[in-house]
Amino acid sequence: MKLIETLISGLSMGSTYAMIALGYTMVYGIAKMLNFAHGDVIMVGGYMIFVTLSATGNPLLGLLAAVLFCVVLGVTIEKVAYKPLRGASPLAVLITAIGVSKLLQSTAQVVFGTAQKMVNVGDLGYLSWNGLTVQISTLVTLGCSMVLMVALSLFVKYTRTGRAMIAVSEDRGAAQLMGINVNKIIMITFAIGSALAAFAGLFMLMKSPSLTNTLGAMPGIKAFTAAVIGGIGSIPGAMLGGLLMGVVEAISLTVPAIAPYTDAIEFIILIVILLVRPTGILGKKRREKV
Amino acid sequence: MALLEVKDLSVFYGVIQALKGISFEVNEGEIVTLIGANGAGKTTTMQSVIGLIPAQSGTVVYDGQDITKLPCHKIVHLGMSQVPEGRRIFQELTVYENLVMGAYSVKNKSGFKDDIDRIYTRFPRLAERKNQIAGTLSGGEQQMLAMGRALMSHPKLLMLDEPSMGLSPLLVDQVFEIIKDINKDGTTILLVEQNAGKSLAISDRAYVLETGSIVLTGTGAELAASDEVKKAYLGG
Ligand SMILES: Nc1ncnc2c1ncn2[C@@H]1O[C@H](COP(=O)(O)OP(=O)(O)OP(=O)(O)O)[C@@H](O)[C@H]1O
Ligand SMILES: [Mg+2]
Repeated sequence: MKLIETLISGLSMGSTYAMIALGYTMVYGIAKMLNFAHGDVIMVGGYMIFVTLSATGNPLLGLLAAVLFCVVLGVTIEKVAYKPLRGASPLAVLITAIGVSKLLQSTAQVVFGTAQKMVNVGDLGYLSWNGLTVQISTLVTLGCSMVLMVALSLFVKYTRTGRAMIAVSEDRGAAQLMGINVNKIIMITFAIGSALAAFAGLFMLMKSPSLTNTLGAMPGIKAFTAAVIGGIGSIPGAMLGGLLMGVVEAISLTVPAIAPYTDAIEFIILIVILLVRPTGILGKKRREKV
Repeated sequence: MALLEVKDLSVFYGVIQALKGISFEVNEGEIVTLIGANGAGKTTTMQSVIGLIPAQSGTVVYDGQDITKLPCHKIVHLGMSQVPEGRRIFQELTVYENLVMGAYSVKNKSGFKDDIDRIYTRFPRLAERKNQIAGTLSGGEQQMLAMGRALMSHPKLLMLDEPSMGLSPLLVDQVFEIIKDINKDGTTILLVEQNAGKSLAISDRAYVLETGSIVLTGTGAELAASDEVKKAYLGG
């Protein structure tokens, strides 16, 4: 029973990582850049939930506000900070992304102060069944994430825009020759990634109510690791990597001897996987371009 | 009437000038070939005309409209299509999905079924392999797919960049036959080839490009008979 509880909680945490990892991996695959500020979008989403919750008491409104605000924020960051650097050296883009990350954290600190906020999204209670006890919020996180992941997969496979995203990630020039507006597709990618980050923000606050301006930092790094483990650029890879990360974390936390080293263990797994499969579990070898 | 009119087109890669003010035109219904050695600037010309590489100076007028400054996707929506050098099909998508991508710029989807059947009729191999991942196709099949994909958008002007590259002699002949057919059905063709003999044979007119400049022009037959072309491009 204990093992099942651990697995469920791991999958739930992992699905939150997957939400974040999807943002990293899609932006990497399509815009060919590492959006270092992605984790901080989660944090901004968290503050939007906090503000809306304080004003209305309704967590669903909070989620809606967070999603809308994060989408606008993500698209704006792309347009203002990254788009002018299209074609610039990857290092310049990375440094800009780090700058955006710091800017978001500092702005949050200026607006909301340094003290941590407690965001009570509402206690959904427990579910008990045959000696199995699971927090309902854990199941909600897992269920919502699964629905979002399935929806995203269907969107990418079967819609015109989704297919255009695949085309741009595979060969930007060839995609343009199909008549695809690459700038528009990149914008949509940032919008989707930011919306998923807002969901991740809610899931994290459901798990633990404390909110500071570094809410997104550690999960951001872990989700990025998950995206690399799954194969950066691969959507199913990000999902798999995220879930794997969550499960490993949950199991490790239940073993007293290794619990303190949980974060390190996750990175060791990354290194081992990359040694065996340099492109990640589902990553593809980059073909040489002509 | 000129469907495509290129005037004094110059393109730079950094400080290197790849096109030194070239001018040429393609009339409606023609097959026009650019021949030239490696590095002459053929691919650069094709990519610059369709907006993938910005022009430093000069103008490109297509169908009566100045498209010099338009981004590629907008030019494609005007009815220009290109089979790029190296084919560049979407390797991870199926044959069918590649053709769907080819129809991306078609607003009215009601003709999609007919269009895809038309492609399958022209390239029966693609019909047999419609659910195969494109990256696993043979070189010849990939070339067929790249051509089929480019035709899905009903281009008025189809540009092909070395479609015979890497194909067996039999397939090369087949590709040139298909190009002739496509042209007969009303599509204007701009072709880039190193295979000068075969391409001149099907061309109405041709231009010879040498290190970024057009050095010779004439009908396909004239150029095939000219001593310079014979010496430099026809192996004798
Ligand atoms: N991305 C690039 N950066 C710098 N120089 C380039 C680039 N692409 C092409 N060039 C240079 O521009 C010139 C023309 O290249 P282009 O590819 O247009 O030639 P081509 O006629 O198509 O040759 P090939 O027959 O080998 O395909 C060459 O000297 C090439 O080295
Ligand atoms: Mg070339």
